[in-house]
This record gives sequence, structure tokens and C-alpha cells, in this order.
Amino acid sequence: MIEIHLILLFMIAAAIIAVEVKDLLSSVIAVGAVGIGLCMAFLVLKAPDLAIMQLVVEILSLIILIRATIRKDLPFSKSGRWVFNTLATVSFIAVFLTIAYVALKNLPAFGSGPMRVSKAYLDSAVAATGSKNVVASIIVNYRAYDTLGEVAILFTALIGILAVARRIGKK
Amino acid sequence: MITVYILCLVLFSVGLYCILRKRNLIKIIIGIGIMEYAVNLFFILSGYRTEGRSPIFASDQAIKNMVDPLPQAIVSTLIVIGLSLTLLIISIAIRIYEKYGTFDITRINKLKG
Repeated sequence: MIEIHLILLFMIAAAIIAVEVKDLLSSVIAVGAVGIGLCMAFLVLKAPDLAIMQLVVEILSLIILIRATIRKDLPFSKSGRWVFNTLATVSFIAVFLTIAYVALKNLPAFGSGPMRVSKAYLDSAVAATGSKNVVASIIVNYRAYDTLGEVAILFTALIGILAVARRIGKK
Repeated sequence: MITVYILCLVLFSVGLYCILRKRNLIKIIIGIGIMEYAVNLFFILSGYRTEGRSPIFASDQAIKNMVDPLPQAIVSTLIVIGLSLTLLIISIAIRIYEKYGTFDITRINKLKG
């Protein structure tokens, strides 16, 4: 599995560029590169449905982010306790990664999860739902309430966007 | 193979650093997006099987070993929720820019309407 390591290193490099570059438009393009890397990682990890979905979502959010950032390069204040804040943040992240390293050793090894729940799905999906794609049968059949909640969240966010971005009735 | 999980958490930490240290609203939104990507990737990594195939049945399949379909179904929900979160937060940021003329969070400090 060397390719997933390479894709992850590419994603980390693009994320660091996105965080540290001064120009906002370059930053947005770099985060688009992270999203496309995630799409490739989904393909390598055998999740083609998610790769398609991630591509569409990535392009949509990239367009909206470019709309928000275009022609808005402004200088930012660097004052404040820069050294102390950076040290505090970096030490917090170091503690987080150390605890994560200790905790991750107790997970099942990469590539051999137990799959207690999914075994039943894999055994009975074709007979019970008639769908060859097990992911689709889980989304629309076994866990349909999950998808209902997702659609509810999507429409609630849409109502929020309309309420915030609407020009009429501002005064 | 614990290095894959560690690299995924390093990606998460890059997003966390961006949220904690940057003062630009757009940079903070980008940090939230990077953290979302890392969490989605962690779910899919935890469901991977060595030498597995994608969970789609075919009539002439030779490999019987499938990857876990449950994290994939959950992550497909997470991706849509992440999109709606990003769109809502960007529309709020655009509105803040119209009102204050800046994305700098240290200058966005007036609460009066």
C-alpha cells in the first residue's frame, strides 16, 4: 500500500501550502488540490461512489470559495503574542498526536477490520434489496433514516443560506 | 501499517493549526475543510481490507474479499453535510465582509446592528 502513503503525503503538503500561503486565491486552489487528492485516495481504497461524490462536492465548494475570495487580498494584523500562541498551539498538537499514537495501537491493524455489522449486510444485501451495490443498498434501505436526516440537514442549511444571503428585506 | 493512520491525523492537525492560529475568516473555513477531509479519510481507512474489492457484486467475481461498505455509506452522508456546512459558513463570511470590509477576525468586534 505504498500509493496511499504517497497520496497522503501529497495531501499534507498541499494542506500546508494552503495554510501558509499569503494569497487567498492560491490558498483556495491548494485546498482544491487536497480535495482531489482525497478523491484519488478514495479510488485507491476501493470506494468509487465516494470518489465521484467527492469530486462533485469539491468542485462546487471550490467555485463558491473563489466567489468569496476574489479581489479581496487584504493585509492582516500580525500583532499579539505570536511566539506564545504558536508554542501553545504546537504543543497542544504534539500532545494530541502522542495520545493518538498510543490509542491507535489498540485499533485493529490497517487492512483487517472485524466487520461485525457489515458481514450481515454483505451476506443478505442482494437477496434482501436486489441491489448489486452494497453501499447503495445501505444508504437507501438499511440506513434510510440516516439519509433522511442528511436531506433534512441539507435543506436546513439551504434555508439558512437564503436567510443570510438574501438582499430583499435587509432594512 | 499504523503510519497511514498517523499521516491522516497529521493532516487533521494541519487543519487544527490553521483554525487555531490564523486570523483570516477564509483561512479558518479552509482549516475546517481540511479537518473534514481528514475525518472522512480516517473512516474509509478504518474500513479497508487488504487485497479487497469494492463492495459491488459482479456475476464473474474472482475476489471474494470485500472492503467494509458501512463506513462508505456513513461517509457519503458526511460529505453532503460538509458541503452544506461550507456553503452556509461562506455565505455568512461574505455577509460579514459586506458589513465590515475585512475578513480579519480581530477587527470584527462590533456587536451593534
